[in-house]
This record gives sequence, C-alpha cells and structure tokens, in this order.
Amino acid sequence: MSIEPRTKRELLIKNILLSPALFWLIVFFMIPLIIILVYSFTDRGTYGNIVWTFQIDNYIRFADPLYIGIFWRSFLIAILTTVICFLIGYPLAYWMASQPAHRQNTLMLLMMIPYWTNYIVRTYAWRTILTREGILNQVLIALNLVSVENPPILLFNNQAVIIGLVYVSVVAMVLPCYASLTGLDKSLLEAAQDLYANRVRTFLYVTLPLTMPGIVAGCILVFVPSLGAYVTPDMLGGGKADMIGNLIAQQFGEASDWPFGSAISVVLMFVMLFGTLLYFRGLRSEETQR
Amino acid sequence: MKEPAVELVHVIKQFGDVVAVNDVSIKIEDGEFFSLLGPSGCGKTSSLRMIAGLETPGRGEILIYGKTMNQIPPFKRQVNTVFQDYALFPHLTIERNVGFGLKMQKVPSAEIKFRVAEALEMVRMSEFSQRKPNQLSGGQKQRIALARALVNRPKVLLLDEPLGALDLKLRKDMQLELKKLQKQVGITFIYVTHDQEEALTMSDRIAVMNGGKVLQIGSPEEIYENPSTRFVADFIGETNFLEGTIIEINGDDIAVSLDGQAVVRAHGHISVKKGQAVSVVIRPEKFNLGANGMITGQVEEAIYIGTDMRYIIRLQNNTSVTVREQNFTHGQARKYDVGDQVDLNWTPTNALVLTE
Repeated sequence: MSIEPRTKRELLIKNILLSPALFWLIVFFMIPLIIILVYSFTDRGTYGNIVWTFQIDNYIRFADPLYIGIFWRSFLIAILTTVICFLIGYPLAYWMASQPAHRQNTLMLLMMIPYWTNYIVRTYAWRTILTREGILNQVLIALNLVSVENPPILLFNNQAVIIGLVYVSVVAMVLPCYASLTGLDKSLLEAAQDLYANRVRTFLYVTLPLTMPGIVAGCILVFVPSLGAYVTPDMLGGGKADMIGNLIAQQFGEASDWPFGSAISVVLMFVMLFGTLLYFRGLRSEETQR
Repeated sequence: MKEPAVELVHVIKQFGDVVAVNDVSIKIEDGEFFSLLGPSGCGKTSSLRMIAGLETPGRGEILIYGKTMNQIPPFKRQVNTVFQDYALFPHLTIERNVGFGLKMQKVPSAEIKFRVAEALEMVRMSEFSQRKPNQLSGGQKQRIALARALVNRPKVLLLDEPLGALDLKLRKDMQLELKKLQKQVGITFIYVTHDQEEALTMSDRIAVMNGGKVLQIGSPEEIYENPSTRFVADFIGETNFLEGTIIEINGDDIAVSLDGQAVVRAHGHISVKKGQAVSVVIRPEKFNLGANGMITGQVEEAIYIGTDMRYIIRLQNNTSVTVREQNFTHGQARKYDVGDQVDLNWTPTNALVLTE
C-alpha cells in the first residue's frame, strides 16, 4: 500500500527524497541500457568503430546455430546451477532455521566469511582443487578410486563451470530460503501434525508452499546472474565451456564488435525479462485459482 | 462405569529447569466439557499439548480411551486442537483448510467435499468457503478453526484459549454457542482458559491449576462454593479473607477469633485443631449489612454498579472487605454512605474455614 502525498509540500519532499535514487537509476541503468539498445542496431566499422546506420543484421547474425548453441548451453548451465543450489541451499537453510537462535547467528556468520574474500581469488581456489594434479584428484588417487596414470579431467569443462557457479551462488539461495523458513509460523506445523499429517506431508503441504516466495526469490537470484556469468566460465571453463557472458565480453573486447555485443546483450535481457514476467503471471493465476 | 475419555496419570513435564506440569493426575469423562483453569504459566497449556501429542511427558502416562499415548505421535491421535491463534493455513482456502485433516487421512474427495460443507454449515460459514483466512475477521477465523477440528469427528476436542483474541461481546456469544455445539456433537471437550467466568459458564467440571499442580477438580458450583484452598477461593470470583485463630470447634461449626478481638462463626469440612491459624473466606454477596453483626466496620467506599451496590468496608482490625448488596428496590440502592458505621453478619454456613 502506498502512502499518497497529501499536500504540495509533501509532494515536494517526496520528490527531493526520491531524486538521488532516480538520478542513480537514470544515469547508471537507464542511459547505458538505451545506449546498448541503440548500438545493437548500428554497424561495425572496419576498425571497430560504430557506423551509424539502422539495420537488424546483428540480430540476424545471432540466429546462427553457433550462437544459439552457446545461448542454449548457458541456459542449461544456469538451470542446472539453480537446481543444484536449491538442492543444497534449501536443506541447509532448513537445518539452520531449526537450530537454537544463538547458533543460527554463528552459522550465518560462518556462511558469510568466505564471501569476504575476493570472488576471483575464490574461483582460483577451485582451479587448484580441480586441476589435474589438484587436491581432489590426489584425494581420489589416495583412496584408490581413480588410477594415477589417468586421473579424470575435472577442470575446463561444463562441470567445472557449474561447480564454480554453484559455489558462488549458493548463498543467494540460502538467504531468502532461510528468511522465509524462520518467518514460518511454527503453530501451522503443529496444526498440520494435529490434523493427521506426518512429517513428510507436513513439509510437502505446509512448509514447502509457505516458503515458496523465498524459494522463488532464491531461484531468480541464482538463475539470472548464472545465465549472464562471465568470470566463472572464463576461469573454470578455459574457453571450452563458453557461456553467453563470454561471448558478449569477446565482442566488446577482442572482436571490437560493439554492435553485435549489444545485440546479444539485448536478446539476453529480453529473454530474462520475458521469463520472469511469465513466471509472475503464472504465480498470480495460481493464486486466483485457489 | 464408562472408560474415561482422557486420563493423565502422575504426569510431569519439565522445560529446562522449569517444572511446567508437576505430578498431575486428571480423569476426564466421556462427553464431558472439562476446563483447565489457571493463571498463565500454571501448566494448563502444557497439559493440553501433551494430550494432543505436541509435547511428550517427562514422566507419567497419558491415556485416551484406555490406550497409552506416550509413544503415539500427534498425527496418529484421534484428538484435534483448536489453537489459540487459530493457526489456519494462510495459503489454503477455507474449504481446503477445513478439509486438510480429511485429506491427510486419505478420505475420498467426494466425502471430503460433503463433510466440509456440512462442517461449514454447522459453524454458519458456508458462504466463505472460497475465501482465504486473511479475508476473515477474528470471530470468523475462530469458527473455521472449530470446523477444521470437528470435521474429523475426533474423540476428544482440545481448545487452547480459543476465545482469547475476541472482544467481550463476541466472546460471550461464542461461549454459549460452543457449549451448545458440544451438547449437539457429544464430543468430549477439553478447554484451556485463564478466564474463571468463562470456565464457570461453560464447563461440566473444572480443574483449577497453579504452579504446575492441580489444586481442585469439581463442578463450577463446588469450586465456587467450596474452594479447597485460598488460591482457588481467590482465583474464582471475588472473595474476602479474614485471618484468625480457632477457639472452638463444634462439628462443622467453627468459632474463629479475629486477632483476639471479634469472634466469628464459620463452616469447615477440613480437619482443624483448636488454636490453629486459619482464613475465613466469605464471598462479597454473602454478607448481610445491618445491626447486631458479628463484626463492625466503617464504609470506606460506596460504589453504585447498577445491579449491585458495592461497599468497601474497613474493619476494626484494619483489614478491608468487599460487600455486594443487590439493588432490589427501585431508587433505594444506596443504603449506606461513606463514613457510616455498619455491622456485618452472615450465616455461618456461608463462610468457609481454610488452612492453606
């Protein structure tokens, strides 16, 4: 519910208070977005400059199976990352929420500590773990699970990218799930038990639907950055598991093809926007059906 | 004799260092409206939760229709609870809320539909079946909570201060309605409340609890007229205590000296000795004001409250008592004014001698 300004004075105050946020959004989000949109319809000059013509060749070029393939793979990686994050994050959040209050704070702190380290450093850490002579392979060899001569290749493939993405995103799943789980009214769980629901059914019919907003928030927070990820696939994919983010970066970097890079960005953005809208519409209609 | 519906046998429940329920034994008969009454923290809610299975007794045994329940989880007990804050599922419609228990018991959906409709009709909420709980008022939620429990046809219905959140008028209406409903369905009701008036109005029997213990079990009349302890006398209704020493015992008739001054006569069932320090308990409406009383005092306050006059009278030994006189004759309620000397009298059987 919004609070409507009653007088001109209040309206003025409201506008003054809103202006820094508006300024920020316009200068750092709206204008760059418009520039990207405009660029996506221009042409690339011989030396990587912008040629100001209006054309849709960039979009047509993107329809190439090569690019669609990269897009599709990014999509699958992001979906898998989201699913794995949910499978790890939700039970973790559930367990944390069931701990005594003082321990919950400690656990929360423990979960945050790794995130105080730089993202790139943490991703490098995974390289030392996953590399051919890395810690993981050494452990596997020591346990006689794999042969010394032919250890599995763990780095520079899709799995490595997914591991890296899950690692950086799982906290984004845990936090909203944890928030909705701690906000859950415990008497509802007791009511369910009183009404002949065992633990499993209490979870399926009460806990899960009531924490759905947290799950949805977590999924969006994991899926969207994963779909556009650039650093993780770059470092752990080793050029063999490129995602759409790397493609865009290439266009703006080595390829010096800003118009094409802009076009891919626009497509990516609209796909995400469309997906999110569809999702919320689905949620709403389900709400009214009930 | 029929088997008791619910039986608590020497039940003890501790939370950390706090003993919430301390050696409680209660037998609740089939079809009875039974109240657990006491101040907050007296162990009444813990007792109810143990019957529901939401808490496990530390020691002792809980039986429902003769079967021990200690190892039985709540979802396997033939009892249902009306929770204090209703605990309706916010994500489900009223219809689905009420049908939840039947669905969990895998009742065929056609029967669920029928029984839910029946239950909603019983609480007169049929037209609300497609709403969500947050679209209902407190009283309506209360009815739904009741329907959600009763639709399962439980052997025992547990009610945890179900009227606590309602305003006074609605509460009074619901009290009578609940009582009527209980008679109609014939299910044993176990009702937790801290409101003594509510317990007196609705119950067949009441267990008065304090500090984790049951102090007295009896019908509303027994509890009000013959409280077994000072606490019960004080908690149920309004009462006066006169402290004194027994100087003579003549069967049930006991003479008590109030601080060596006046001698009053009272009634006692308990074994007492001459010279023992006791309290004489007298309800405000049991006094007669007039001349030639057992004790005298001065009117300190005279308050007109419509149905009654209420006098606060300071006795010679400096304790004050409350006296109610019914406003019997039109225009003549105020018989005494502040400062008047009055004598207080009573029939000895209307005053009760208590030792603890």
